[in-house]
Amino acid sequence: MKIHIKNGRLIDPKNGIDAVQDIFIAKGKIVAIGAAPSEFQASRVIDAQGLVVCPGLVDLSVRLREPGLEYMATLESEMAAAVAGGVTSIACPPDTDPPLDEPGLVEMLKHRAKNLNQAHVYPIGALTQGLKGERLTEMAELNDAGCVVFGQSDGLLPNLRVLMQAMRYASTFGFSVWLRPQEITLTGDGVAHDGEVATRLGLLTVPVCAETIAIANIVLLAKEIGVSVHLCRISSAEGLAMIRVAKQQGLPITCDVTINHLHLSDMDIGFFDSNCHLMPPLRGFSDRDALRHGLLDGTVDAICSDHAPVDEDAKLLPFAQSDVGATGVELLLPLTLKWAAEMRLPLLKALARITTEPARILGIDAGHLSVGSAADICIFDPDHYWKVTPAAIQSQGKNTPFMGMELPGGVKYTLVNGHIVYEH
Amino acid sequence: MINRNPQLDEHGTLQHLLTTEGLPASVLLHILDTAESFVGVTERDVKKIPLLRGKSIFNLFFEPSTRTRTTFEIAAKRLSADVFNLNIAVSAQSKGETLLDTVNNLSAMNADMFVVRHSQSGAAHLIAKHVQPDIHVINAGDGSHAHPTQALLDMFTIRRYKRDFRNLRVAIIGDILHSRVARSQIHALTTLGVPEVRVIAPKTLLPKMVERLGVHVYHDMAKGLKDIDVLMMLRLQNERMKGANLPSPEEYFKYYGLTPEKLALARRDAIVMHPGPMNRGVEIDSEVADGKQSVILPQVTFGIAVRMAVMSILAGNQV
Amino acid sequence: MPLPDAEAVFESLAKKIQADADRNFALVGIHTGGVWLAERLHRELGIKQPFGTLDVAFYRDDFDKIGLHPQVKPSEIPFAVEDAHILLVDDVLQTGRTIRAAINELFDYGRPASISLAALVDRGGRELPIAAQYTGITLELPADKMLELKRGKNGKLSFHLYDKSLPE
Repeated sequence: MKIHIKNGRLIDPKNGIDAVQDIFIAKGKIVAIGAAPSEFQASRVIDAQGLVVCPGLVDLSVRLREPGLEYMATLESEMAAAVAGGVTSIACPPDTDPPLDEPGLVEMLKHRAKNLNQAHVYPIGALTQGLKGERLTEMAELNDAGCVVFGQSDGLLPNLRVLMQAMRYASTFGFSVWLRPQEITLTGDGVAHDGEVATRLGLLTVPVCAETIAIANIVLLAKEIGVSVHLCRISSAEGLAMIRVAKQQGLPITCDVTINHLHLSDMDIGFFDSNCHLMPPLRGFSDRDALRHGLLDGTVDAICSDHAPVDEDAKLLPFAQSDVGATGVELLLPLTLKWAAEMRLPLLKALARITTEPARILGIDAGHLSVGSAADICIFDPDHYWKVTPAAIQSQGKNTPFMGMELPGGVKYTLVNGHIVYEH
Repeated sequence: MINRNPQLDEHGTLQHLLTTEGLPASVLLHILDTAESFVGVTERDVKKIPLLRGKSIFNLFFEPSTRTRTTFEIAAKRLSADVFNLNIAVSAQSKGETLLDTVNNLSAMNADMFVVRHSQSGAAHLIAKHVQPDIHVINAGDGSHAHPTQALLDMFTIRRYKRDFRNLRVAIIGDILHSRVARSQIHALTTLGVPEVRVIAPKTLLPKMVERLGVHVYHDMAKGLKDIDVLMMLRLQNERMKGANLPSPEEYFKYYGLTPEKLALARRDAIVMHPGPMNRGVEIDSEVADGKQSVILPQVTFGIAVRMAVMSILAGNQV
Repeated sequence: MPLPDAEAVFESLAKKIQADADRNFALVGIHTGGVWLAERLHRELGIKQPFGTLDVAFYRDDFDKIGLHPQVKPSEIPFAVEDAHILLVDDVLQTGRTIRAAINELFDYGRPASISLAALVDRGGRELPIAAQYTGITLELPADKMLELKRGKNGKLSFHLYDKSLPE
């Protein structure tokens, strides 16, 4: 199928393009930008007048809930949600049931995802068996099966000796290690930021030092071993400051924040809104502002949705007993645009945080619109505001702190390998 | 997303009592004033009035507490309501029925009011958010969050003995960190205009940024009790007496237990309160608990009148 | 329309009660106007027994419609109700529902030997079989008007008439 996308505002952060240019697609690849190649006969012309044409988004954390957690969501529903959000490459945390710690599970997931012909799926392999933090997984085998990086998801970090060995082993093969920094002995049963809101509401807390102590440990180990580390879901200003220092020392460390932590603080918990039961917990205003600025100055490399569809009933519980997480893959673009608008940041720079940068962290060739590359493309209307409602969301998970809000950025088309996989 | 106070309807009328936080002083005072009338009722030969005749009040206790449940039960019965006690800790919840399933089933039995006790902070808010609009919810204690009727009966007691809130120094002493009573007391005291509220505890029993609730923090009884008019003691739970919070009940008693010597540091006419049940010899010495400055037993008596007031005000506030 | 002088009506009511003073009444005033009247009668008739006050808010039959009255005052009966002859005092007698509530409340204090009723004004419109033994004056008033007794700073009583639709 040959597709001609015309009149659109083409934004490609990697190649530094922000201009009205046409784009020509054939055999799943971008064959030309600007002028049509000779004898190009489009079988489909998309008029993108007034729309932005950008690389398909790359989301560093999307839970598809397969295998094992189909009562929360299914591969079909969440893959459809991803492309409805303009996301064409997704990294899947290993916190499935069972966890992604065996090649067979990974192969099955890749196979099932491939048959759906939607976004590219990149499973994150479990760093330790069963995510229990005790024994290493067969990382090389898992890599052959399709795992590109390895991590513990939200599970506990191994003790420092095991973690050191896991890092050494991963670095042997050049794999990067993805860790959410949390010192579990300080996290305990905590569910909220250790601040005024938790004090008022009488909720158990997760102090900031649960994050900073873990960051310190991980950074020191990474320095010792020389492994490349991605720190997932940074939540605090202090944690960010430590990462800034580590990066200045030239350590191979990257980090991300979630759309939730970019916009919300613990105040949003209000009167026990379980939609705001997230991990790491939403922190104070000053933390949120630090994350917003850290993303601006590049200390934070990428924004992810941390998409976690949960069973509706599991949120209808007292705050601490409710399931952790929020749906989000369809809000990645809108909430990135909202952040950019609030920070007065040009789209070219903002979109880098959900295209080029996450692709670089994940180590994949995606997130750009170069001639000859796969035609993974998102076309959206930046001025279209839509209301977040259960019906407007494709994901089976309907819980998000942003429910009921009007957000910018309506996705009109999503293309993966030159196929239109979503059209609104 | 911050909602308006979920206890009040759009006209500012009290529909649920979930916490003392965010309620205007006028609402708190109305409850105290109404309770004054009920004190008279509880002193009569016939201690029952027909106000809530035909109303069904369900005591939903997801966490067992015979003592609190009984005070609500007495209050409801004195108002002529029909009372149903459900000890849910051992029934539906263990069969996998969710909290809201239980509530919905009971609503279908034409309940007018739920009195809820739960080990989780926010449980009463959750129920209030999901019940039919004609059902009123009273929080009888949720996790470490709130225990508004206890705080109101404390306010009632203070007003009885000290008349005016606006020239008092009040100290809350003990395990503030885990105490729903302390949180509700702090909000009520500051709302009613008490100019100085202190909390006295070791650092392991204080939540972060507690001073943001409008209190002054002390770690030393000698300093903290100076010029105090009202001492509000808190119960120290058994499981917190030894371990990572405190080394031993003995050491706690030595530094934070209320003895006659420590009480002498407060004003001579200071009153001593305790929400009960007391750990004598841990947070309070028997000589103080039974002494002439103690108002612990009147607290219990007033507790019935205050709960009668809350129930009748809520039941009368139609949607 | 011209309203009668409340002070004169009170004097007339007091005289009628005095004629029966040998009955050794215990006075009970109903909040708020009835309490003022009971207080005056107690003083002017020289009754030795302390007088009681009732706030019938907890016994009203319209709780389901209008909820709890916003300012409930404590009821105080400082004498033994058991076997007492009680004279209930109210300002305006109309439907009789307030009196019904007051009688119910009194019985929760004990079983009186008798209860009689003194009303400053009887404006008709009874909905229950209740009558006053002593009445200051009987008035015909339009149904949409509300008659209220007020007490000035000098203690003088006066009548005021309102449209029922307006807030009190």
